[in-house]
Amino acid sequence: MRRNRRLAAFSASLFLFLAACAGNAPQDTLEPKGPVARQIDHLINPVFIVAGVVFVLVEGLVLLAVIKFRARPDSPEPEQIHGNTRLEVGWTLAPALILLAVAVPTIATIFDLSKKPENAVNVTVIGHQFWWEYRYEDLGVVTANELRMPVGRPVELTLNSDDVIHSYWIPPLGGKTDVVPGRNNTMHLEAETPGEYLGQCTEFCGASHANMRAKAIAMAPADFDAWVAGQKAAAPAPAAGTMAEEGALLFAQKGCGGCHTVQGVSEGKIGPNLTHLATRTTFAGSIFNNNDQNLRTWLRDPQAAKPGNKMIIPGGPLAPDEITKLIAYLDTLR
Amino acid sequence: MAIVTPPRPEALAPEQPLNKPVRFIRRPTGYTPGIWGWMTTVDHKKIGIMYSVTAFFFFLIGGIEALLLRIQLGGPDQTFLRADTYNQVFTMHGTTMIFLVIMPLSAGLANYLLPIMIGARDVAFPRLNALGYWVFLAGGLFMYSSFFLGGAPNGGWFGYVPLTRNLPGHNVDYWVFGLQILGIASLTGAVNLIVTVINMRAPGMSLMRMPIFVWMSLVAQFLLLFAIPVITVALFLLSFDRLFSTNFFNVAAGSDPLLWQHLFWLFGHPEVYILILPAMGIVSEVLPVFSRKPLFGYQVMVFSGIAIGFMGWGVWAHHMFATGLGPVAVSAFSASTMFIAVPTGVKIFNWISTLWKGKLTFPTPMLFAIGFVAMFTIGGLSGVTHGVVPADTQQTDTYYIVAHFHYVLFGGSMFGLFAGAYYWYPKFAGKLLNERLGKIHFWLMFIGFNMTFGPFHILGLQGMPRRIYTYPEGRGWDVWNLVSTIGSFVIALSILTFCINVLKTRKTQQDVGEDPWDARTLEWTIPSPPPEYNFKEIPLVTSRDELWHRKYTEDDDGRSVRRAVTLEQPEMPGTEVEPSTDAHDGPDHAEGDDGHTDPAHDDEEHEPHIHMPSPSYWPLLTALGLPILSYGMIYKTWAVAILGGVWIFGSIYSWALEPATAPEDLPDHGSDESLEAVHA
Repeated sequence: MRRNRRLAAFSASLFLFLAACAGNAPQDTLEPKGPVARQIDHLINPVFIVAGVVFVLVEGLVLLAVIKFRARPDSPEPEQIHGNTRLEVGWTLAPALILLAVAVPTIATIFDLSKKPENAVNVTVIGHQFWWEYRYEDLGVVTANELRMPVGRPVELTLNSDDVIHSYWIPPLGGKTDVVPGRNNTMHLEAETPGEYLGQCTEFCGASHANMRAKAIAMAPADFDAWVAGQKAAAPAPAAGTMAEEGALLFAQKGCGGCHTVQGVSEGKIGPNLTHLATRTTFAGSIFNNNDQNLRTWLRDPQAAKPGNKMIIPGGPLAPDEITKLIAYLDTLR
Repeated sequence: MAIVTPPRPEALAPEQPLNKPVRFIRRPTGYTPGIWGWMTTVDHKKIGIMYSVTAFFFFLIGGIEALLLRIQLGGPDQTFLRADTYNQVFTMHGTTMIFLVIMPLSAGLANYLLPIMIGARDVAFPRLNALGYWVFLAGGLFMYSSFFLGGAPNGGWFGYVPLTRNLPGHNVDYWVFGLQILGIASLTGAVNLIVTVINMRAPGMSLMRMPIFVWMSLVAQFLLLFAIPVITVALFLLSFDRLFSTNFFNVAAGSDPLLWQHLFWLFGHPEVYILILPAMGIVSEVLPVFSRKPLFGYQVMVFSGIAIGFMGWGVWAHHMFATGLGPVAVSAFSASTMFIAVPTGVKIFNWISTLWKGKLTFPTPMLFAIGFVAMFTIGGLSGVTHGVVPADTQQTDTYYIVAHFHYVLFGGSMFGLFAGAYYWYPKFAGKLLNERLGKIHFWLMFIGFNMTFGPFHILGLQGMPRRIYTYPEGRGWDVWNLVSTIGSFVIALSILTFCINVLKTRKTQQDVGEDPWDARTLEWTIPSPPPEYNFKEIPLVTSRDELWHRKYTEDDDGRSVRRAVTLEQPEMPGTEVEPSTDAHDGPDHAEGDDGHTDPAHDDEEHEPHIHMPSPSYWPLLTALGLPILSYGMIYKTWAVAILGGVWIFGSIYSWALEPATAPEDLPDHGSDESLEAVHA
């Protein structure tokens, strides 16, 4: 008896614990912040309820059987029941009907979500080991790691990869889609309120898969237009005689431009475009907040900061004063 | 085919060379003791034990890997493992648990039990059986040698291209070649067990009288037979890409990386059922015994197992819902994924009905079997939610999916396999495992399991992706990860309890007799542990649950009543079964030429002269060639590769020339000399 009660108590607490939903999880899939994610949420909630009912029913029957039919000293030998056709038909048809009831709205939603949205902002997303490149071809903007989007307007993403398979996912705004080299997958997202939405790569893509995060920043339409205008302009050249100018010189000397584009300065294609680096809130696959201290950590030893990434510093590690100068330059790239 | 006809005097001279192939080493005899006895054995029971023990060691290794992963993830920004080490460890954890633990544990149990449960003396191809084990061991050790030779595989257990094509070093090569070696083990095992079950059933053991474990294992072996070739193709292409720079998976040359995923999951989903069906069979054996009732809906259980086997081939793309297959394909696979839950659900209801109105006792095997039903249900339900494709795009590749497959493979397969271990241990060892320690094991594992994997549901829904070696603070994942890490150590404690139980039980003196559980099936009619030949006389089967019907009859209310005298083997006049000339003896079994196999001539007190196939070195030697060949290929040392190839070919050739039963193993012919003397 003691054993059974323990089992009962444990199962009940297990269920509560599964149903629990802790707050403060920015990548929570059950806290939709846009119409796409909300449509998915509306589909899955009733399914979770049905699953919960079946769970309670099945586990309840197991517990009941265990409690009710356990051997007692006076229990007679049980009747040798070999089966019951009517019951078998019943519990074949009942789950089939329940599943049919789940399948119909599922398939309707699949087709609904695959429709191309109207009036969308088109963005090409290119996965790299281990960071995201965003190309707003219609707007003439290229940026990295942070997807900027206007609120209330869908964003149509065309996904492609430069190397291996990645998967693009901003859970509060929608489900994930794999980023497969040689294929142009599409997905769309939409945010309802301005704010930052976190996500990350969800297909194992190598050493720093964990360090390939993503961020979507939704802005009021006017702010978005202003951001686009700012991104289209070339970054101002650093003023003469400043430390930033020395940094710019160093940027050229060290060959940084071989991998990084700074509009009007260099045309490297391997690493992220740095033209407006200082306008971004994060860098290096969105694992670092964009500030001088983190830039210093990064430039001191990029491999330690993010194992397996492709950034090499030609000619060996940078001296501390070189790093200071480079940071001064990078801070001007607004 | 080695049915050696009794030599007639005039035929002796030309046949002599066949019986005496060229030998480099002396063939072991059936009486070879100690380690060589094990290394050359072709006895399905010894092979089954070796499979199980080896797989259990790999289980411990895979478990230690799991603990390393959990330590790393116990809190945010941990630095216990470096990124690449973590990736090696999680790849090997998955690969180990699937290919080196659950598959061989199921294979071990099937090897030991299937022949006995169908009333046979051995499997159809005893030496092939030995080969399967040695190839499995060679493949496992080969893959693990990578840890000492530059690093273990680090591309994940499903090895998606182009990542696995591009990863530098030999890590992934070990995975590619290791899995190909293991595939050979699975294939030979599958062929062997299928032929055994189809051809070697005792008289009266019709298909619909077979124990359900035999049925479920049979379905799993058929799945293996058709699934292994698919992954072999994929691995072959990948190994050519890696070794010889072919372009099967080279995107720059126009390849579509999804080809790999289709091939892999076309193997990989049937594989899931290969892992779970034997455990379902075990549970279907254990529940009736401790409910003292027959399995509810036997026919439906058989049919639903077969239905799962078939439907398992039509759901593979549900692993690929996020890859951009398009709405039509996705909808089709969504529907098939949901409807495979129907036969699975039917099984669950039949198990509950088996318990219903029974007279339940709860020794350890029963606890694990009920634990299986309870935990597998959770895995099944989360599985259905994956079929809801739009929701799956939120769930896939997160910890929600990790929770799902651990509830299926740990809460399901491993609970079922532990039920089987406790249930059949007395048959294997002649001793019952300690019940007290068994119950501690169960409850620690049940609690630890739910503590470890229950939180994964929440973590996944909170957006924690799988396969990340680190995560930052502020994602809301800290608490549940810590709970999970603590839970993983509770599981470790439960496994430790099991080890202590086995070690303690080994020291005890017990005589459990033939049938300690008052069970229902044929394996409980023979001594524990069984003699090498299993059955003194091949049993005649008259009903499903043969043993139960020998012990019990039913009264007017359909309740069991013990027969006054347990029926001995029912014998029909004139049908006394003559074991060694019985058609149900396998094709690989040599037949005797003397009258000593006739039980009528045996003194009941003494070992009957039933000769079994002789041991052989060749399965072991053949298997050894495979890693040699693979090392040669990986390091492109062609001399070594050729050596491996010649080694394998030579071993198979010598094997082919070796008779199934060595002449010196025949009773009364202790040596070649005496044989020659007789024949001269």
